[in-house]
Amino acid sequence: MLDVRLYLAQRITALVMAPLVIGHLAVMIYAVQGGLSGAEILSRTQGSVVWALFYGAFVLAAAIHAAIGIRSIAYEVAGVKGLALNVVSLGFGVLLLVMGLRAVAAVVLP
Amino acid sequence: MASDETIDVEIWQGDAGGGDYRAYTVPAQRSQTVLDVVTWVQQNVEPDLTYRFACRVGMCGSCAMNVNGKPRWTCRTHVSNAGDGPLRIAPLRNLPVIKDLVCDMTEFFDKWVGAGGVFKPSATRDDPMPAIDPTMTERAAASEAIECINCAICYSACDAVAQNDAYFGPAALNRSWSLINDVRDAGKTERLTAAAGIGGCFNCHSQQGCASHCPNLLNPTLSIAGLKRAAVKAKVRGEI
Ligand code: SF4
Ligand code: SF4
Ligand code: FES
Repeated sequence: MLDVRLYLAQRITALVMAPLVIGHLAVMIYAVQGGLSGAEILSRTQGSVVWALFYGAFVLAAAIHAAIGIRSIAYEVAGVKGLALNVVSLGFGVLLLVMGLRAVAAVVLP
Repeated sequence: MASDETIDVEIWQGDAGGGDYRAYTVPAQRSQTVLDVVTWVQQNVEPDLTYRFACRVGMCGSCAMNVNGKPRWTCRTHVSNAGDGPLRIAPLRNLPVIKDLVCDMTEFFDKWVGAGGVFKPSATRDDPMPAIDPTMTERAAASEAIECINCAICYSACDAVAQNDAYFGPAALNRSWSLINDVRDAGKTERLTAAAGIGGCFNCHSQQGCASHCPNLLNPTLSIAGLKRAAVKAKVRGEI
C-alpha cells in the first residue's frame, strides 16, 4: 500500500517539518516571554515574505505527511481500498492545505 | 481432567466455512511435543483430524500451528513450554484454512515469488564457480537471513499481513534480502522494484512480531530495514 514514493514523501516532509516545529516553538516562547501582544505579533508577520514561506512550507509538508499517514490508517484499520482510498487521503491532504493556508494568509497578508 | 499422567487439549476443527474447538484428554509423556499430542489424538480418537508434518526435527517447516495463541513449530515445541492452562491448538492465522489444522499456503508462496524470491543466476553451469569470501559484508548479511524453513510462522504473526492483503510479508522479503546480498544473483533490479512497490517493504511497521516468533531466530525486520535502505537508494539513483 505504501510504495517507495509515498515513503520518501513522508520521510522528506518529516525532515522539513522538524526544524520548522522547533523554530515555531522557539519563536512562540520568545514572543510570550517578551510579552508581545497579538497586535504587535501581527505587525511583524503581516507583509513578511519570510513568515509566509516559513508557515507556508510547514502547512504544505504537514498536509502531505498527514495525508499519507491517514492513507495507511484508512487502508489497514478501516479497510478503505481503491478509488475511495485516494479520495480519503487526497481529500484529507487538500483539507489540511486549505485550512492551513487560510491561517497563514490571515497572519501574513497585509 | 488433566493429572500428572494426562494433558487437556482443545483442537480446532473445521474448514473455511467455520469450525470449533473439541476437547480431548491425552496421556502425558516425558519430552512430549505439541505435534505428539496432535498425532495421539489423530491416531487414537479422531482419525480424520487433518494436520501437516514431515521431518519432526525442525527442518521442513510444515508443522506450524497456532498454540495457545502463538504461531509455533509444533514438532519442536514441548508441551511443557507451550504456556499455562489447557493446550489450545488452532490453524495458523493470516492463511485460509483448508481443513482443521491445515492452511492453504498458496498465497504465502505466491508472495514469495512475487517479492522476487527465486534465484536468478548470473552465470551458466559452464562458467567457473565464483569464489565467495566468507568475511565479505554481503555474505554476512545473507548468512543472517538464510536459514528460513518456509514455515510461515512470521507471516502468521505479522499484523501488517493481517491488515493488508497486498503485503508480501516478512518471509518473502527476508528471502529477497538474502538474494540481494548474493553476489551471484542477477535479479537485483526486479527484486528492488518489487520491494519498492505497493506490496513491498514499506508496509512493514518494524514492530518485530516476525522476529520474536521465528523459530530459527531469524530477524526479518532487520532484512526489511536493509531492503528499505536499498530501495530508497535505488530510487534516488534512478535505478528502479
Ligand atoms: S516487523 Fe514488519 S514484517 Fe515483521 S511482523 Fe512487524 S510488520 Fe510484519
Ligand atoms: S523467517 Fe522464520 S518464521 Fe518466517 S518462514 Fe522463515 S523460518 Fe519461518
Ligand atoms: S515437522 Fe518439519 S519442522 Fe516440524
